[in-house]
Amino acid sequence: MSRPVVVVGASMGGLRTAETLRKSGYLGPLVVIGDEPHAPYNRPPLSKEVLATDVSHDAVAFALSDVLDDVMWKTGNAAVAADLDKQTVTLADGTVVDYEALVIATGLRPRRLDFDNRPARGIHAIRTLDDAMALRSELVPGANVVIYGAGFIGCEAAATATKLGAQVTVVGKGDVPMLRPLGHELARDIQRRHEAHGVAFVMNAQLTGVRGDDRVTGVTLDTGVELPCDVLIESLGSLPNTEFLAGNDIDIEAGVHVDAALHALRTTGDAWPNVFAVGDVARFPIPKFDPATRRVEHWNIPTEMARKVGKQLALQLAGDADAHATEVAKHFDPVPSFWSDQFEVSLLAYGLLDQATDVRLLEGEPGGNCIYGYFVGDDMVGVCGIGMRSKVMAYRNKVGLTTSHG
Amino acid sequence: MLKIHVDMDKCQHYGQCVFDAPEVFALNDDDKLEYKATADDSERENVQRAIDICPMQAISFVE
Repeated sequence: MSRPVVVVGASMGGLRTAETLRKSGYLGPLVVIGDEPHAPYNRPPLSKEVLATDVSHDAVAFALSDVLDDVMWKTGNAAVAADLDKQTVTLADGTVVDYEALVIATGLRPRRLDFDNRPARGIHAIRTLDDAMALRSELVPGANVVIYGAGFIGCEAAATATKLGAQVTVVGKGDVPMLRPLGHELARDIQRRHEAHGVAFVMNAQLTGVRGDDRVTGVTLDTGVELPCDVLIESLGSLPNTEFLAGNDIDIEAGVHVDAALHALRTTGDAWPNVFAVGDVARFPIPKFDPATRRVEHWNIPTEMARKVGKQLALQLAGDADAHATEVAKHFDPVPSFWSDQFEVSLLAYGLLDQATDVRLLEGEPGGNCIYGYFVGDDMVGVCGIGMRSKVMAYRNKVGLTTSHG
Repeated sequence: MLKIHVDMDKCQHYGQCVFDAPEVFALNDDDKLEYKATADDSERENVQRAIDICPMQAISFVE
């Protein structure tokens, strides 16, 4: 039997890669490996609906297309090692899987605090379905919830927990929550809306300790403040799951470095012709912006990368050299897209907002529905609206950098 | 002819589908989703892309 295409990662990026391979005519063996026990599911509801209601895996599972009927799923069995020269992946149960081509779609895991004497219960992160379901049972009316990390996940969790009746305090390192992605003005606006709903913010502060024996009872901050705490949610950003690739000649500094055709790169910068990365784990250039590479943890990225890799790899494996070369030459060049729901605030954004040197109100009123433009010189690198979605969408195709502002 | 269904209890009007299948999906002036329940077979691939990209997984074909 010929060697299979092996997709490591059974979330959205891995699922869409497998689907696109099949729809693009690849009929050979296909293996999808996942560390979680669940079939692929949708993550955006985890910080919202899954926390707020009695949602099970069925409600968030992705529909599985018929084209995946003969895929070999190896879920609940993480990849723990790989040998890119011998073309093998080793799983947690010791199985060694040969591959013809490898697609790395392992995603991220939450960055966690590392304290001595960390209580076993009451401390949570939100990445997986199991994480969210474990947290849900503890978000009860009157619970003192401390959220450490004031990014999007933290602020969404703050809104959800508040709506469930918890007393929520968000602790963050910057002046305002969501400062880096949104800029000061819009971030401060959203903070005020949270505060109007009863969320407390302790900014410019860091957690220095966690109290409690079996279960967390409080946290201490570097400002000297102590907060009572029944539930601590860590929302401190994420780390790429690349450890299984250690020992190979592959650039996994801050994510899997890929070229514009999504080939994984050696430390020399040369491409592995049969190794790809898609989704949150990939660090890639976006030509419409600049040559720099970055990970982009936005909704549309895994699917768009999977569509490219699936189609391109199917042509490669079919031996269709001309069509493959044409596909490789179509550089991956997405418009990053994200949204966030926090209380009545419905954000929709396009672009790389954190690259901006200048943020301007484009439409509407601060404090109400409004649209901000994020600029480098005259170039709009991002746009973000509260409400006004149709109008925000109209700016999508204007996002990018036309010239070098080095 | 394609038959398309959107579960409006799930739909949050994010508008992601609009870019993949603009002939079928649109946000109206109130930012609510409007869609055509039938479309020509030539729209199948575009609608499938919209189904895949929907953050709420609210869109389906009616078989």
